[in-house]
Amino acid sequence: MTAEAEGRVYTVGGQDWDEVIAAATEVAEERLVVNMGPQHPSTHGVLRLILTLDGETVTELRPVIGYLHTGIEKNMEFRTWTQGVTFCTRMDYLSPLFNEAAYCLSVERLLGVEREIPPRATVLRVLMMELNRISSHMMAIGTFGLEIGATTVLLYALREREKVLDLFELISGLRMNHAYIRPGGVSQDLPRGALEGLREFLRVEPPLIGELRALLDANPIFLARTKNVAYLDLAGCMSLGVTGPVLRATGLPWDLRKSQPYCGYETYEFDVPTETTCDAYGRYLIRMAEMEESLKIISQCVDRLAAKRPKDDPVMIRDAKIGWPAQLAVGPDGLGNSADHIAHIMGQSMEALIHHFKLVTEGFRVPVGQVYTGVESPRGELGCHAVSDGGTRPYRVHFRDPSFANLQSLSAMTEGGMVADVIAAVASLDPVMGGVDR
Amino acid sequence: MTSDNVTDGQPDPAAAAGEHRLSQEVERTGMFGTGTTGDTSGYGGLRVRRPDQAATPRPYGSYFDEVADELAAGLERSGGSFAEAVTQVAVDRGELTLHVPREHLVAVARLLRDEPSLGFEMCLGVSGVHYPWDTGRELHAVYPLLSIIHNRRVRLEVSAPDSDPRVPSLVQVYPTCDWHERETWDFFGVIFEGHPALTRIEMPDDWKGHPQRKDYPLGGIPVEYRGATIPPPEDRRSYS
Repeated sequence: MTAEAEGRVYTVGGQDWDEVIAAATEVAEERLVVNMGPQHPSTHGVLRLILTLDGETVTELRPVIGYLHTGIEKNMEFRTWTQGVTFCTRMDYLSPLFNEAAYCLSVERLLGVEREIPPRATVLRVLMMELNRISSHMMAIGTFGLEIGATTVLLYALREREKVLDLFELISGLRMNHAYIRPGGVSQDLPRGALEGLREFLRVEPPLIGELRALLDANPIFLARTKNVAYLDLAGCMSLGVTGPVLRATGLPWDLRKSQPYCGYETYEFDVPTETTCDAYGRYLIRMAEMEESLKIISQCVDRLAAKRPKDDPVMIRDAKIGWPAQLAVGPDGLGNSADHIAHIMGQSMEALIHHFKLVTEGFRVPVGQVYTGVESPRGELGCHAVSDGGTRPYRVHFRDPSFANLQSLSAMTEGGMVADVIAAVASLDPVMGGVDR
Repeated sequence: MTSDNVTDGQPDPAAAAGEHRLSQEVERTGMFGTGTTGDTSGYGGLRVRRPDQAATPRPYGSYFDEVADELAAGLERSGGSFAEAVTQVAVDRGELTLHVPREHLVAVARLLRDEPSLGFEMCLGVSGVHYPWDTGRELHAVYPLLSIIHNRRVRLEVSAPDSDPRVPSLVQVYPTCDWHERETWDFFGVIFEGHPALTRIEMPDDWKGHPQRKDYPLGGIPVEYRGATIPPPEDRRSYS
C-alpha cells in the first residue's frame, strides 16, 4: 500500500516476511519507521513505541501512552475518601499497596491524624509494602529475563511471586487490588497462621533469590545484553525526574525510606543498595539487592508483630468519626463484614448501627487544604497530591506515578543505540502502564 | 427575645459566635436537603466552599524561612523582588506553598533550581486543579519541587483565569515537565506557553474537552433495573 505523504507502508502480520523483505529491497531506502506496540509482548502492557531506524540503529524513539487510561483520578472525586482506596489500588497493579499507602498517608495528613495511627497498623503497612516490593521486583526481573530470551528466569521469578501473592491472600483476602490500607489504619489484623506463613517465607526465600542470582548475575548472554546498555547518568536522571532503581544505579543513594522516612522506616535496619554503572545491569543488581533488604525489613516486622501485645492493640485509628467501623474478616466467600460486627450493630447497639451507616454511606469530612506525600515504590517516588474542599469526597487527587516520569527517559536511553537494546531499556525501566495512564 | 442577647452592653457569646460563622467566606445553598426534593435523609445540596489556603505570616518555621530568605536574596540580585514574584506564602500541615504569578514562574523556578543554597534539582510533575467558583484564578497548576542535596520540599502554585488559561512552560528549566504539562493540558486545558509539543497524552488525539475540569459533563443515561430507575451520575443524590 502506498501513501504519498508517509512513503511506503507495510503491514506486517507475521508469516509474510519474504514479501516484506522483497518489497523493502526494491525501495532501497535505509530509513524505516517501525511502530512497536501497543500490543507487543515486550512492551509491558499497552505501550506504543514509534521507532525511526537507520539500519539497526535507532535514530528516534517516541513513546506513545494513554491506551490504559481509565480516569481513576476523576472517579475518585465521586466517591468518599475511604472508597478512594479501591480505585487507586488499581493504578500500578504490580504495587497496589504502595498506591494505597501514598493515598492514605496524604488523607491522614489532611486530617491531621498522622500521629494517631496505631503502631501495629504502621508495622502491618510496612510489612505489606515490603512483601509487595519483592513481588513487584520478581515480576520486573522475570519479564526482564523473558524479554531478552531467558524463559527460565520468568518461571522462577513467577514461582516466587506466587508465594508473596499467597501471603497477600492470607492476610488481606485478595491477591491484588487489596484495599488493605485504609485512611486511619489497615482493614484487618493478621489472621491465624499468618505469622507462621511469613516465617516460612523468610526461611525459604533467601536461597531462592540466590538461585535467580546464579542464573543471571554472571550469565554471559545476560551481561552482553545489559552491560553498558540504556545508559542514563545522574544529570539525566535529575533533569528527567527519574527516581527509584534507575536513579540509584547512578550511585546516588536516594531512597525516601531513608531520606524522608514515613511509616516509621527510620526504626528499621536496612541498607540502600547502589551501583555506579548507570546501565541496565546495574538496575538489575539493585532490584536483586533490594529484595534481600526487603526480607530484612519483613523479618523485623514479624518480630514486632509476634512480640507480646498490649491489651488493647488496634489496627484502626481509635477516632470513631474516621475509623471505618466495619470489622472485616476473611470468610469462606472472601473478605466481608465479620459475623461479630454484624451481630453487634444489628442486635446490640443502635448507636453502632447509626455510626456504621453514617460512615459507610456519607463518609467523614476532611478539612480544607492540600498536601503532597511521597513514598518509595519499587519504581521510584510515588507521590499523591490530594486537595480537599472540606467535603466527604476528594476535591482532586493526582498521583505522580514513577513509571510515568521514568518512561520519558526512554528516548534519552535508546536513541543512537541498537534496536535490540530498546527491549532491554524498557525492561530495565520496568514501567507499569496501569500506573502510567491511570 | 433579642433584648436578652444584650445584657449590660456586652454581646452574648453565642450570638457573637453566630456572627463570626456568618461572616466566614462560605457559600451555602439550601439547608439539609430541602433544596430540591425535600428529602430529609441527609443527602442534599448543602455545599461549604472555602478558599484552599490562607497566607501564613512569618516566621514560617522549619526550613521554610531560610528558603524564603534565600529566594528573596536571589530575586533581588537578579533585579526582581520577593513581594512581586511570590504573592502568597502558605505553610500548612508542615508543607510550604509559594503562590507565584504566572509571569514570574520561570524566573522563580530557575532560581530555585540554580541557587546552590536552594538547590531544588528535581521537579515532581504538574498537578492541575480546577476551582470554577474562584473567579479570575479558576485554573491552578501545582509543582512539587524536591531538593535532594538539602533534603527539602517546596510547592509552587500558579493560577490562570479560565478566559486566558495560559501558563509559561517549565520544560526549559525542568525537562521532566514535558509529559506532565501535556497531561495537565489534556485534562484541564491549561496552555503551557513555550512547550515543545503540547498535544494530548492520555486522551485520544481527537477528543473534545478536558475531562478533569469540574464543569466537564459526565454524561450517562438513566438505567432501569427491575422497575427502579438509576439516574446518571450527575443527577444522583450525594453528600457535599
